[in-house]
Amino acid sequence: MSQLILDRLAATFTGGELEQIGSQHGNEWARVRRDAWRTVATFLRDDPACDLKMPTDLTAVDRVSREPRFDVVVHLYSVTKKHRVRLYAGVPEDDCTLDSLVSVWPGMDWFEREAYDLYGVRFRGHPDLRRILMYPEFVGHPLRKDYPKEKRQPLVRRDDLPINPIKAPHAGEHK
Amino acid sequence: MGLEIYNSTVQAAVNWARKFSLFQYPFVTACCGMEFMSTAAPKYDLARFGAEFPRFSPRQADLLIIVGTITERQGPALRRIYDQMCEPKWVVAFGVCASTGGFYQNYSTMPGADQVVPVDVYIPGCPPRPEQVLDALILLQERIQRGEGHSQIVLKAEAGHDVPIAAIRPRDKGPQAAPLGTQPHAVRPEGAK
Repeated sequence: MSQLILDRLAATFTGGELEQIGSQHGNEWARVRRDAWRTVATFLRDDPACDLKMPTDLTAVDRVSREPRFDVVVHLYSVTKKHRVRLYAGVPEDDCTLDSLVSVWPGMDWFEREAYDLYGVRFRGHPDLRRILMYPEFVGHPLRKDYPKEKRQPLVRRDDLPINPIKAPHAGEHK
Repeated sequence: MGLEIYNSTVQAAVNWARKFSLFQYPFVTACCGMEFMSTAAPKYDLARFGAEFPRFSPRQADLLIIVGTITERQGPALRRIYDQMCEPKWVVAFGVCASTGGFYQNYSTMPGADQVVPVDVYIPGCPPRPEQVLDALILLQERIQRGEGHSQIVLKAEAGHDVPIAAIRPRDKGPQAAPLGTQPHAVRPEGAK
């Protein structure tokens, strides 16, 4: 459907900015070099043939054992051309940063805050990068695969909580 | 001796009046709210049992109905609402999420609302049938009549009476006790908004 977008990208970015392109089940995707993330996004927004004005989603994927560990994924859609494309950027764990796309699409604000909150990817140039779902007291990033499944960080507990052997491990954690 | 008989008779009459004039505060957070609406609407008619009027101010309510999933982030708000209610007060956990966390077992969901407020009656179900809710209300009324609601027992214990349930300790009223719901179990980082 949107092979045109990949052709436009391949024709424009010849300096290795595109690490990989592909198509699966009729959905085209491109893996972008990390330092070209914002350049490619701006091109896709402004190119009249692509006209991808509507970013529908941005999130991250934790692939734990792979290097780089994280993928940031953005889904783009064109309302006029009715085509879409998916962009990936790999983000390593030791330098967990990526250029923010808020300057390209203002709507990316809360998406990037969510990805930062849950995966810990820091977006450079974001105007207000703080947690959006979890509370400020929360430590860590809960959707990382190495976050313990049952670890809880309570804000408040009863001071007369009855001793319950089933709940004791959780209840005692904050003490 | 005569005083005690007099006392218990007055208590029985007062508790009888209390159990048929429950004013509810529905703390509705999730899909169980639909079933709660059904229970409160004419078909099942919660009003038959005296729990007619939902009040949306905790200061005018004595029955807190926790309807739906409680997250850790909501904990301080729920605790504050409970503390704002006048005593004696009762709490019903509506549905498995409010009772135990339900099928959520993760970083954000509280494993039961009884982690922050004392719950008198738990209603299982996802969501529970209205009949279960009516059953729970009747159970609660029986408990109110016997004077065994959590806050009733706490009040008795604070007045120096023997309380039947050893697990309930009187509330901490020492100088170090912060306003309930504001104890810093987690540390807010510097500069956080």
